[in-house]
Formats: sequence, structure tokens, C-alpha cells
Amino acid sequence: MALTREEVEHIADLAKLGLSEEEIETLREHLSAILEYAAILERLDTDAIPPTATVLPLRNVMRADKPASSLPQADALDNAPSTAEGYFQVKAILE
Amino acid sequence: MRLHELTIHGALELLRRREISATELTQALLDRIVDVDNDIKAYLTLTPETALQEARKADELRAAGTDGALLGIPLAIKDNICLAGVPTTCGSRILESFVPPYDATVVTQLRHAGAVFLGKTNLDEFAMGSSTENSAFFTTHNPWDLTRVPGGSSGGSAAALIADEALGAFGSDTGGSVRQPASLCSIAGMKPTYGRVSRYGLVAFASSLDQIGPLGKDVTDCALLLNVIARYDPRDSTSLDAPVPDYTTALRPEIKGLRIGVPREYFAAGIQPGVEKAVRNAIQVLADLGADIAETSLPHTEYALPVYYLLATAEASANLARYDGIKYGYSATDAPDIWEAYRRTRQHGFGAEVKRRIMLGTYALSAGYYDAYYLKAQKVRTLIKQDFDQGANLLSFQIVSIVIAR
Repeated sequence: MALTREEVEHIADLAKLGLSEEEIETLREHLSAILEYAAILERLDTDAIPPTATVLPLRNVMRADKPASSLPQADALDNAPSTAEGYFQVKAILE
Repeated sequence: MRLHELTIHGALELLRRREISATELTQALLDRIVDVDNDIKAYLTLTPETALQEARKADELRAAGTDGALLGIPLAIKDNICLAGVPTTCGSRILESFVPPYDATVVTQLRHAGAVFLGKTNLDEFAMGSSTENSAFFTTHNPWDLTRVPGGSSGGSAAALIADEALGAFGSDTGGSVRQPASLCSIAGMKPTYGRVSRYGLVAFASSLDQIGPLGKDVTDCALLLNVIARYDPRDSTSLDAPVPDYTTALRPEIKGLRIGVPREYFAAGIQPGVEKAVRNAIQVLADLGADIAETSLPHTEYALPVYYLLATAEASANLARYDGIKYGYSATDAPDIWEAYRRTRQHGFGAEVKRRIMLGTYALSAGYYDAYYLKAQKVRTLIKQDFDQGANLLSFQIVSIVIAR
């Protein structure tokens, strides 16, 4: 399953991953090879087989709606490259 | 006495008989690290001052009549497990400056048991790799032969342990990353059943596969370590609330009567002759000791690796989306807008293997390909699981057929 350059650029855009020209080509080759190998799964008839997302019997695990203390704001901001007035500071998203 | 050569159970006996102190034991490990770690390079961060404080505290507690499952025992922790106040880099430039404000649940449990923390060990970046060569910082060397790799991704933990730079260690295992380096460094290591050990504070790689696992100089030490960390954690919604046995009761002196299934598919084409010979010899040893060996079949074995490639990378692509330079870690400051900031942060922060896996996983989940790849892989996962469910009456084991590369 050979990927095109455009497909690689599209995936990189979905993943918000900047890539150099060299990286785009190398990844195009590597990903194509891996997908070629993974095509072996097509041999199996899985129409009637349910997917396994987790091996555990747990679903929709909730906790009781009881307030408790959580991470102090200062601690939460401590690793941030840019903060302002107790918030994480980011570049504008909207014009 | 060379205290760094002790096992955990050996050290606990001497500590309990007051023949050695926790302080001198920790000091012996710290001295050993100074002696050998420039050559082995197992550790990314050392915490000698706090380790000695913890050891002194352990001595005080013991003198006051308190005991603990690991009171005074010095441990090494893989650098994708959070220790509050100590850098947790995950072997990546993107988290080079990250200092977690909280302990992983496993760390909290180990603290309650009285353990001492020597430092954080090297790993393949974000646990992605099987040689520790993918660490952004440096490669760890196999103490048996410094020209060879220790395996991975928990290579630092395995190397530290066999080189007596810790009495016990913890790593994480998603597709073999505790078991394989343990094997390559010739120590005991295990992956607990998924859900047995909390993932809270383990930096996520593949959420349906990751588990923290113990490494020990022998299986008894692994059992002692597992006893401390195996339990339900309400902070991990994938933690199983099931009774926890005392794992030391599973340590059996008698191999006679143990039923072992050997899947014929594990001796696949391409297995290296030396590896096959070593495994068959080991099976023969068990047979000679009285084990009941039976050939069995796990028919979907050949599909396991492609399933893993698709599911683990898909989950990783989602788990690594959080590394955007906003809340922590490396941040590209020279970008003209937020989208370019994200791209440059991730371009410069992630290594090649991590990028490859993010790309593959993103593709497998993307619109138009989700059914053919991700969903398909999940269905085949069901078939693989059914193979094991049907063979549940026989123990089977994993053979990882590789040669330690230079």
C-alpha cells in the first residue's frame, strides 16, 4: 500500500507535526512498507467478529460526584513556558 | 560485604536482623553508581540527597519498631513514571524540562512500603523502541558487554539492576518493554496482567496495553515488588478491582507437574538458529525437572505484530497529541501563529521513531481508513484473544527471538 507525498502531508497536518522534505520522503517509504506488511490482516474474515478495545470487562467507569481538592493552580502552571494572570498563555486562535 | 550485590529479600533479612542499616545500604548503591554508571549510562537523573534522607527515615522507623514491605530498599524507576519534584523526561527533548507536581500511584505505594528512590533510568523515547537507542539523550550499554544494547524500552532499569546499581527496578511494558530488556540483561522481569497495576502517573503510550512492571535480580524479588503495586486504584479508570493474592505464595520449589504449552507458531520461519537452540534447551531443562510439556497452537500468532503496530501506534498518536508546548515541555517560540507553533514544537521535540509511530497511528485512525486499519486490527485482536482463552488450561510463554545487537 504505497502512500503518496500528498497523503503523508495530510497525515502530518492532522498530527500537527512539522516535517522536513527529507522526513516526508523517508516517512513515505517507511509507512508504505509497514502498511504493506499490515495488509496481511485482510486474509482474515472478521465480518462477524466484534472488536476488542480493552481486554477488561470495565465500561464507563465513573466516580461519585463528590467534590475533592485537586492540583493547586500554581503547581498546574509551574511547567508552562508562558503564563499570564494565572492562565496558560497561547497564541491567538481566532483573528 | 558488597551490599550492592544483595537481593531485596536478602537485604530485608539483614535489615530486619539489624546487621546492616538502610543508610549504609543506600550509600553502597550510590557508591556503586559512581563506580560504574559512566560506562553503563543507565541513569538519566540521580537523587542521592533525597535517597539518603529516605534511607535515614527508614532507619528511624525501623528503630522505633515499624517495618514495611520494602523499608529501606533502594530502587530505580524508569523515566516515564512520575516522581514528584524530580524531572520526568520520557527520554525525550519535548519533556526535557518537565518536573511532575505529583507522584505516580505506584510511587505512592512504594513510598508507603518504605522504599528509597535512587533515580530515574533511561528508556527509548516515550517507551517506543526495543534497544534504548531511541533515547534523545544517550544510549545505555549492556553491562555484560558494553558494546551491546541492554534491550528496551526499559533498558536503563534492566542495566542498572544487573550492574547492581539498584536492588530492584520498575519499568513499563506495552509490547515487551520490561520482559525483553530483563531477558537481554539476564534478570527477572514481568508484565502484570493489564489492569492489575495502576497507570496513574505512567506517561501514556498505548492506553489499552501499557502496564508498569517490576524487575528483580530473582523471581522472589519480583513477587515482593508486585505485592506492593498490584491493587485497585480509583484514579485509574482501567484499574481492575479484583482481590490481590500474596504473590510469594506462587513461588514454587517444584517444577514437577507444571503444565507448559509450547505454541508451534512461536518457532516461526526466520528464527535465528542460536535463539531456537537456547529456547529448546530451556524447555528441555524444564522437562527434565518434571514439567509436563505439550505442543499447542495459537493459530493467529502471525497476525499479532501487525495488530500491535496498528493499535499501539493509533493509541500513541492520541496520547502524544498533548505535547503542544502550551502546558509543559519544549515550546517553539519563534512561530508566526499557533498552528506553526504546534508543528515546530513537535518537529523539534520528538525523535524519528516517535514521529514514525504518530504518523502511522494518525493514518490508521483517519477518516476513510479507520475501518480498514484500526477497526480491523481490533477485530483481529479478538481472534488472538480467543486463541488464548481456548488454551487457558496450559501455561504458555512468549519467545522473543532476537539477538543482542551491537
